Amino acid sequence: MKRSITLHVNGVARTAEVEPRALLAYVLRDQLDLTGTHIGCDTSQCGACTVHVDGQAVKSCTMLAVQAEGREITTIEGLARDGALHPLQQAFWEKHGLQCGFCTPGMIMTAADLLAQNPKPTDGEIRHALEGNLCRCTGYQNIIAAVQAAAGAR
Amino acid sequence: MATLFGSGIKRREDPRLITGRATYTDDVKLPGLLYAAILRSTYAHAKLKKIDVGKAKKAPGVAAVYTGVDVKDKLNTVPCAWNVPNCDLKVPPHPLLATDKVRYVGDGIALVVAESRAAARDALDLIDVDYDSLDAVIDPEKAAQKGAPVLHTEVPGNIAFTWKVAGGDAAKAFAEAAVTVEQRIVQNRLLPTALEPRAACASYNPGTGQLTAWITSQNPHIHRFLLSVMTKLPEHRIRVIAPEVGGGFGSKIPAYADEALVCFASMDLGRPVKWTEDRSENYKATIHGRDHVQYVSLCGTKEGKITGLRTKVYAGLGGYASTAAPGIPTILHGLMYSGPYTIPNIDGTVYGVYTTTTPVDAYRGAGRPEATFLLERMIDLFARKIGMDPVEVRRKNLIPKDKFPYTVATGITYDSGNYQGALDKALQMLDYKKFRSEQAKARKEGRYLGIGVTTYCEICGLGPSQVAGAVGFGGGLYDSAIVRVYPTGVVRAYIGGKPHGQGEETTFAQIVGDEFGIPVENVEVVAGDTEATPQGWGTYGSRTTAVCGSAVKVAAQRVKEKAKKIAAHLLEASEADLEWKDGKFVVKGSPDKGKAFAELALMANVAWNLPPGVEPGLEATAFFDPSNFVYPFGTHICTVDVDADTGTVKILRYVAVDDCGPQINPMIVDGQVHGGVIQGLGEALQEMAVYDEDGQLLTGTMMDYAVPKASQMPSIETAHTVTPSPVNPLGVKGVGETGTIASVPTLVNAVCDALAPLGVTHIDKPLTPARVWAAIQQAKGGKR
Repeated sequence: MKRSITLHVNGVARTAEVEPRALLAYVLRDQLDLTGTHIGCDTSQCGACTVHVDGQAVKSCTMLAVQAEGREITTIEGLARDGALHPLQQAFWEKHGLQCGFCTPGMIMTAADLLAQNPKPTDGEIRHALEGNLCRCTGYQNIIAAVQAAAGAR
Repeated sequence: MATLFGSGIKRREDPRLITGRATYTDDVKLPGLLYAAILRSTYAHAKLKKIDVGKAKKAPGVAAVYTGVDVKDKLNTVPCAWNVPNCDLKVPPHPLLATDKVRYVGDGIALVVAESRAAARDALDLIDVDYDSLDAVIDPEKAAQKGAPVLHTEVPGNIAFTWKVAGGDAAKAFAEAAVTVEQRIVQNRLLPTALEPRAACASYNPGTGQLTAWITSQNPHIHRFLLSVMTKLPEHRIRVIAPEVGGGFGSKIPAYADEALVCFASMDLGRPVKWTEDRSENYKATIHGRDHVQYVSLCGTKEGKITGLRTKVYAGLGGYASTAAPGIPTILHGLMYSGPYTIPNIDGTVYGVYTTTTPVDAYRGAGRPEATFLLERMIDLFARKIGMDPVEVRRKNLIPKDKFPYTVATGITYDSGNYQGALDKALQMLDYKKFRSEQAKARKEGRYLGIGVTTYCEICGLGPSQVAGAVGFGGGLYDSAIVRVYPTGVVRAYIGGKPHGQGEETTFAQIVGDEFGIPVENVEVVAGDTEATPQGWGTYGSRTTAVCGSAVKVAAQRVKEKAKKIAAHLLEASEADLEWKDGKFVVKGSPDKGKAFAELALMANVAWNLPPGVEPGLEATAFFDPSNFVYPFGTHICTVDVDADTGTVKILRYVAVDDCGPQINPMIVDGQVHGGVIQGLGEALQEMAVYDEDGQLLTGTMMDYAVPKASQMPSIETAHTVTPSPVNPLGVKGVGETGTIASVPTLVNAVCDALAPLGVTHIDKPLTPARVWAAIQQAKGGKR
């Protein structure tokens, strides 16, 4: 039995008919065509699907779409404002913080949450905060540098 | 104008990736799209007695269900494409869906196609399979023994091949040697874990007879070829598009049954069909890496000269021979037994063995890490036995820099090298002597510091096509580019390679920009679509820059030669009187008289005034076939602090000095080294695909398989030396795999060095705290 839900995604009210069991990640991707949110695992380890729900980083594969009813959701597509990249997007670009780019949206969304809570993190704090986001390409070093650069740019 | 070559400019592929605007295969959505799911064996080894798909077929939203019996006459089996000669290779048929028997957990049994992902997945649960369980065999050494369960009736002893490599006289060397060391080494089975799982979306148009297939592919032209073989659709009716690809590490090279089945379903139903693995499916159904049991002996003199190496290797192939599988533990492994050293006598035997596990194929480094590891590990054991510093032993055996090109005992010829130079630089960066004195001090305090030093070289830049043919590789290994100049002087380069994170959209634009004296923004690099790009062989084996990049260079040079003819005509000068200066052809001695690239591009394309006999247009195609492989090299050093009470390894410093020749973009080179090293440290410290005795994959999800996390890994210090290769016009060597090849023995040797005072000589990786602790207890003579 499908039900209709309305989510506020990147500042726009979006309505979708979803099965109660549908995960937020799939609804964002398949029904709202926001394919910047990626799915890299089925056990909530990889973090590629991380979005913001009411300003907090959430793995969207771990949340039912119906739980997001009426909530403010920001995906990677909604991070750049007025045509300007978010400082983290800019920093990931500058510091070569990505290679294949698959983990990058989730990585950036988690890092944005970290910097909101801890504007001047140590390298260790960044590494700890990104524990739930896996990257197979970069070895993390340039991701840490990118997050530091974004923190410095704030 | 400053050259772009050598400049660490930002990547041009990044804006779409950091904003969520890239298109990966699973992002493709077509009108009328159906979704596929694959039922996979839950048994490692069983006869299939009955498959009942009746309920599934009637389930809501289900369009079709196919079993092995349904497809076997319509489709060809999955090909193995590296038929290594002279090793009695036996490749039994690999059906697209199992018909009578399953051979690993994950082996495909049925394909469901439905109106939604969920409907397809739900229907899998309605299929009833009656299995008749058979004994599993996981370990390749055990599978090669008499009495082991047999997977294929065509291969009674499970041994797919027996491959030998020999040079010099190893028997004599060992008989006469003063010192011999022996070790059994296990190369842990690994899960490649590209962050993007495999996916395919196929759209067949019955009206045109054309199939378009979006595939997570490192090599779209190979996939077009092999899909044609499997689907029986002629190659010119198949267009393969590898859009954005989220990592591969070898796992997106092979031709899998799954992608072909998706194509078949689209052809059969006349609607587009998409299939995407979930991660636990990926861990069972996508190839694994490594999985060797190696018996190794090394002999030499008391003065530290290595005189011989002997190996006997059991290489697990899994249930079937995957696309490149036979070539990985043979050509890409055994031929590298000499490493960067002058080892005069080598004798190796590799058995490829079928086991009831997921097929094993190329995984980052593919054969070379397993060779470098065994060699570097044995050298440390040898050094310890003769009481010599392991760095000193390496120095005594490295190929001198004035001996290149150098032919090693296995018969291959290294292109260029300065191994001592990289070693010296790394030792200096780390301050080796200082660390040794700190270590001595720490030991007195009961702390266990260790250092591992790896001097490596590796074979990559695959490779000369003639050699590919000679070693049974079922394709060429040249690569290709079309450089096309538009009337406004902007350029597109269509390449045969398929970058998936390595940044060639940037580095190749740097090559072209330099050639034409135009900004990098004026060059677009196009890859991944067989409709647009010339025949190429893909991105793997650290080949794309050395081979495909060279094709780009040659094509650009050809374009420039034509532009020069036009410039001479327009300037009313002879070509000999022209020189290329600051982005213009100018008449020597009259620098104000010149034609810029953009002007020539316009004239070539409008063709109003061309020299006699010169065709309109400005583009060129190049197929570059290298004269040899390239052999990057370097020295990696790691220092560790091992907690002898808990077995925990703490990395203190990691220094990587790599030589990949001239660097087009040093930022990207460092990124490749970082990623490669950390992937290797994952292998050395924590990653291992574990099966139980029944063939169940215990590390079947990311919860259980220990992909390195940010919090677990160190930052590394990189540096480089530059030794150009003579085998391509750029002088470049590959750097995609060096980090993984070098880092594994570096870490393990460091830990074994740390624990030397306790008598620990060897620990099989991954060096989890439990394994390290157990090794310490065993060395102390206690119970494990």
